[in-house]
Amino acid sequence: MHIEFLYWEDCPSHEQALARLRDVLREEALEVPVEVTRVDTEDQAAARQFPGSPTIRINGMDIQPPGENPIGLSCRVYFTDDGRVTPLPSAEMIRRAVRTAARGNEPAPANTAAQSTRPPHLE
Amino acid sequence: MPLALDSRVIPFALPATDGTTYRPEDFAGAPVFGVIFHCNHCPYAQAWEDRLITAQRVYAGRGVRFVLINANDPVKYPTDDFAHMKARAEEKGYPFPYLFDETQEIARAYGATRTPEVFLFDRTGTLRYHGAPDDNYEDPQAVQHQYLRDAMDALLSGTAPVTSETKVVGCTIKWR
Repeated sequence: MHIEFLYWEDCPSHEQALARLRDVLREEALEVPVEVTRVDTEDQAAARQFPGSPTIRINGMDIQPPGENPIGLSCRVYFTDDGRVTPLPSAEMIRRAVRTAARGNEPAPANTAAQSTRPPHLE
Repeated sequence: MPLALDSRVIPFALPATDGTTYRPEDFAGAPVFGVIFHCNHCPYAQAWEDRLITAQRVYAGRGVRFVLINANDPVKYPTDDFAHMKARAEEKGYPFPYLFDETQEIARAYGATRTPEVFLFDRTGTLRYHGAPDDNYEDPQAVQHQYLRDAMDALLSGTAPVTSETKVVGCTIKWR
């Protein structure tokens, strides 16, 4: 399993997000390194297709489709299961993606910018 | 540096999404006046947005007035342009004016750095609270300290807020 954690320093909660990711991996008894990448420029963001901070990819797939988050240096919008906006992926969101990847499946339904991140009940 | 506590409200005249130009003197007489730097695109601003709307509605009857000011560069962040501000204010039914600080002079004058960032003034136009709305941007049900509401309650009862300054948490203001 290949796990990437990408962040932009200007967004204040990346350390909390990384700690949450590592907590989930520990709880799932997965000894997997996390590749941490700091994104500092718009060029880097474009090259990495970075849809905002923080972004977590497992085997190349975003844990939540980036939806309307633009590629670039910004803080990222996540949606909770009940439709609230939050700047951080929840532990449950990370756990689902990790478990799906651990089973050998893709962690998220898709990874296209065109796909909405909104939960189905908000569509 | 942000505007220091006990400073006077800094004058402004900014256009709002409702077509009016607002100045602090338009809110003279309000026992509590909140100047809150905000924007459309930021997840922290979005996460706190409903709480600000609720707070304004709950406290409106006691004379509390907020204005929200967006100072972000819309060239860098197109969803923070004036058209998107109007759309957001209408979609969410903002109970407060949503002002555009296109030159960013007002944000700089206040020393604002992030969204959301609250500057709360008392009846005399003196800064009594500066910081975050509360201590949990992720989950409104998990809030332990209602900084903004506690400060408003204190000012409305004629006392000084117990907590007058907190760390501002949010997206950086996008300077030109």
